Amino acid sequence: MIETVDAPSQELELAQQLVEHIKAGNSDDITQVFEELASIRETTLFQELGKLTREFHETLNSFRQDIDLANMAEQEFPDAKERLNYVITMTQQAADRTLNSVEGALPLCDSLTQNTNQLKLRWKRFQSRELSADEFRSLVHDIDGFLDASYTDSGKLKEQLNDILMAQDYQDLTGQIIRKVISLVDNVEKGLVNLIKVSGARITSVENEKVNDVNVLEGPQIPSMKSSTAVNGQDEVDDLLSSLGF
Amino acid sequence: MKILIVDDFSTMRRIIKNLLRDLGFNNTAEADDGNTGLPMLQSGNFDFLVTDWNMPGMPGIDLLKAVRADEKLSSLPVLMVTAESKREQIVAAAEAGVNGYIVKPFTAATLKEKIDKIFERIEASA
Repeated sequence: MIETVDAPSQELELAQQLVEHIKAGNSDDITQVFEELASIRETTLFQELGKLTREFHETLNSFRQDIDLANMAEQEFPDAKERLNYVITMTQQAADRTLNSVEGALPLCDSLTQNTNQLKLRWKRFQSRELSADEFRSLVHDIDGFLDASYTDSGKLKEQLNDILMAQDYQDLTGQIIRKVISLVDNVEKGLVNLIKVSGARITSVENEKVNDVNVLEGPQIPSMKSSTAVNGQDEVDDLLSSLGF
Repeated sequence: MKILIVDDFSTMRRIIKNLLRDLGFNNTAEADDGNTGLPMLQSGNFDFLVTDWNMPGMPGIDLLKAVRADEKLSSLPVLMVTAESKREQIVAAAEAGVNGYIVKPFTAATLKEKIDKIFERIEASA
């Protein structure tokens, strides 16, 4: 262990010796005193450096035990990105499945409406005794066909509606995936807060530093973190535009 | 009436396409951002543009500015349908010359109302 407490008095003594050597003009002694002074400086420097290294090492160790940021960066972040991409894929599939069913069901509804309307007109004529025997036979035949088609089409419609119903399962599945990502973000937040505390920096609110840049697109507003300048729905959009002369 | 629908999500393009068909507009085409949409507009005799804002490549606001700067397209009616709902963005779109602005999620009734309003205004000024 090197005694650093005596360093200032030792330095003073050496400085006095140095003045005397200079007055006497002993160049070898001057060099020696300079070397001794430098050695005291180096010793103090290495001691401080050692202390800092030890503190840094201990801090990193305790930090590592709390949150494994390296593992997060290597493993969990790529996983989270994949999960979120999968959410996009699943929601796309659910939307496609629903739209396919709607596009399949709409023509069935249209033909049902059209055929019902045609039969209704002929049925009214029958009720008013305006139909000939041949027209009546044709009407009976068409009603028969209509009933068969309605039976088949209503079965198809039910199939499409069930498919739309089932396609909504994406909400549950994507919700679970997103929750996992939220939990990861939560852990990273805790880790970063610890890191900031360790580094001694003060956490300051960044809210005031946010710039209301038109080019920074936020997408759908999340209710709990809504931007202060975001409008509440289409009515406010219309009000704003009408105030601009639209 | 030929309408171009520009949105990076095919689902949203499909929803808008179906809603437009229900309103009687059967002649529609699709593009997934401004970079693919602009050449289509320049060569395709479109009468109406429905565009999203936030898209990779060329965003809707840049597409709108490009349309207004193009001599042949400058008077094309443009309806923006977007999730961007900040006041400064709506004002920026208005300043860039948008004809209507709809915030997602929206309803079929809102789409019909805005399209009707745009055409009413065009007819009134004609």
